[in-house]
Amino acid sequence: MEFIENIGAWIGYLWDPVREFLLEADNPAQKLVLMVIAIVLFVVVMGGILLAVDKPKKVPRWVVTSAFAGPALLAMAFGLVYPAIRTIYTSFFLRNSDEYIGLDNYVTAFTQNEFQIVLRNTAIWVILVPILSTFIGLVYAVVVDRSRFEKIAKALIFLPMAISMVGAGIIWRFMYEFRDPLRDANGNPTTEQTGLINQVLVAVGLDPKQFLLDAPENTLFLIIVLVWIQAGFAMTILAAAIRAIPDDIIEAGKLDGLQGVSMFRYITVPSIRPALVVVLTTIAMGTLKVFDIVRTMTSGNFETSVVANEFYVQSFRAQNAGMGAALAVILFVLVIPIVIYNVRQMRISEAIR
Amino acid sequence: MTTTPTPPQSVAAAQPGEVPVPTVGKGEGPMARRARMAKKRLSSPWASGIAIILAVLWTIPTFGLFVTSFRPSEDIRANGWWNVVTNPDFTLDNYQAALGDGNMIEYFVNSVAITLPAVFIPISIALLAAYAFAWIDFKGRDALFVAVFALQIVPIQITMIPLLSQYVDWGLAGSFWTVWLSHSIFALPLAIFLLHNFMKDIPPSLVEAARVDGAGHVKIFFRVLLPILTPAIAAFGIYQFLWVWNDLLVALVFAPGTQVRPLTVAIAELAGTRGQTWHLLSAGAFIMMIVPVIVFLSLQRYFVRGMLAGSVKG
Repeated sequence: MEFIENIGAWIGYLWDPVREFLLEADNPAQKLVLMVIAIVLFVVVMGGILLAVDKPKKVPRWVVTSAFAGPALLAMAFGLVYPAIRTIYTSFFLRNSDEYIGLDNYVTAFTQNEFQIVLRNTAIWVILVPILSTFIGLVYAVVVDRSRFEKIAKALIFLPMAISMVGAGIIWRFMYEFRDPLRDANGNPTTEQTGLINQVLVAVGLDPKQFLLDAPENTLFLIIVLVWIQAGFAMTILAAAIRAIPDDIIEAGKLDGLQGVSMFRYITVPSIRPALVVVLTTIAMGTLKVFDIVRTMTSGNFETSVVANEFYVQSFRAQNAGMGAALAVILFVLVIPIVIYNVRQMRISEAIR
Repeated sequence: MTTTPTPPQSVAAAQPGEVPVPTVGKGEGPMARRARMAKKRLSSPWASGIAIILAVLWTIPTFGLFVTSFRPSEDIRANGWWNVVTNPDFTLDNYQAALGDGNMIEYFVNSVAITLPAVFIPISIALLAAYAFAWIDFKGRDALFVAVFALQIVPIQITMIPLLSQYVDWGLAGSFWTVWLSHSIFALPLAIFLLHNFMKDIPPSLVEAARVDGAGHVKIFFRVLLPILTPAIAAFGIYQFLWVWNDLLVALVFAPGTQVRPLTVAIAELAGTRGQTWHLLSAGAFIMMIVPVIVFLSLQRYFVRGMLAGSVKG
């Protein structure tokens, strides 16, 4: 008996530092070693499973199948399906308690002023960002197709997609930077603006503006940031679609006397309609979940919050899991119709080809 | 995320770095070809002008912060970055301060430590699952695949509270393991769907030939499919790499502690608490963005393809 206890103590003795290392690596070298360990561990486990089933004919097929598909299915069941159901369930409870309140969280979300602003903002985002991004992207796709600097111009427009939304948020906060224009006795401003946009306003004789503080238009200034990011995406897909328009259709249009704008209106746009719809819905889905930009630029203050940000605030800052869960479910429900439309259009556009 | 936003042909043609190769149809006569050449020659100066103006407009915000990150902090406070034209004065102090006092070097390491396993693990698991869905015949396969497809629309927000409490129960909360696991799980539906589509495009005769030679599924997977799939894996790998590197939400929820937080969380936090320290913010932001920008510039082909394929994830 004592022997077993001893072994237990020894294991505990050896395990503790290992455990500490695995969970609390705290200097760069340790972290990188831990990272390598995680990858190696994963390779060993997966390799072991595959090696075990790599004997054709001797191993039943269902074993092979579960070796291949099992890890992924288990992970998704654990990390997506179960939590989603759990969250729907949580949304019927008051704050972090187990007091069942039915649909009250949803009622609150749709009736209370504070949350109505959140929903209103989300609606504005989801309507404006896809339309503006697609419009700019389309203009750019048409223009760039006939320009000599196609390669570099495309790269520059696409670059904002590569940098993070946090980075974009910082970049635009700096663009919107506001300095209180203190004036001397003669009424001339004594402080210089450091934000480019306010500098332009001052240069043309206007007063500088608190772009991020003044509701409700501050939401529009946040929206510009996402449009700035997404226009590159729209441009790339639309440019490809425009290039895929068959020459004979363009020829036929020319024979009918179409030119410039009318060509664009009657030939280009109808020909790329499926791509347009895909771009619009794709951006709409991304916009619905926008979080980083709002978080980085205003933290959702000054009436700029959106559903995804409010979800974070309620769940992890205000300790209101019930409300957070309800907002997550609302997000889920809102995204479904867009997805269905998107998939349908994609089917149609594939059938046409 | 639902699915590849455009059919594969147009995605392949969509790489900005590529010389446009118009598809030459069989029936294209000299008329049509001449028309196409004329259209190309007609690259109007107007279009070029507008293209340049837009490109410059699009770049100014980034350029402004970039210039700022090299200006002395007194200058940054005193006046706008455009003053470098008349008063060029550059320094690396901001980067030094951000990396040193701002601890950005540590957060950079955290970003690396988070990102690499969070790319490698889900791709491996997804490749195996995609293989099963594409080339192993099993009961309920189609129904399961539709389910995986449908899981793409689950917003990650809806999974976060239960996942976090599960991690707390297991005593894993606040460690790298939770971030790796979460990112891996969130990536799976899209990864399986995309890789499955690529695998389906491989001619069955190739797989059949290997099977006739007596190769099992494991051998077929590693010897036949993996080499062919390398470009597709690279495209998705780059997409996933940037998604994880640029992610704020997952890291903020699962790894907010100073020991594990990546650059995105650190910068967002700095912006929230010390939003006026532009010398630190600008340098920090570019330390964060340098990796995606390098990846973008060096691997543009794969990058754009991956971006287009995965643009709706999250």
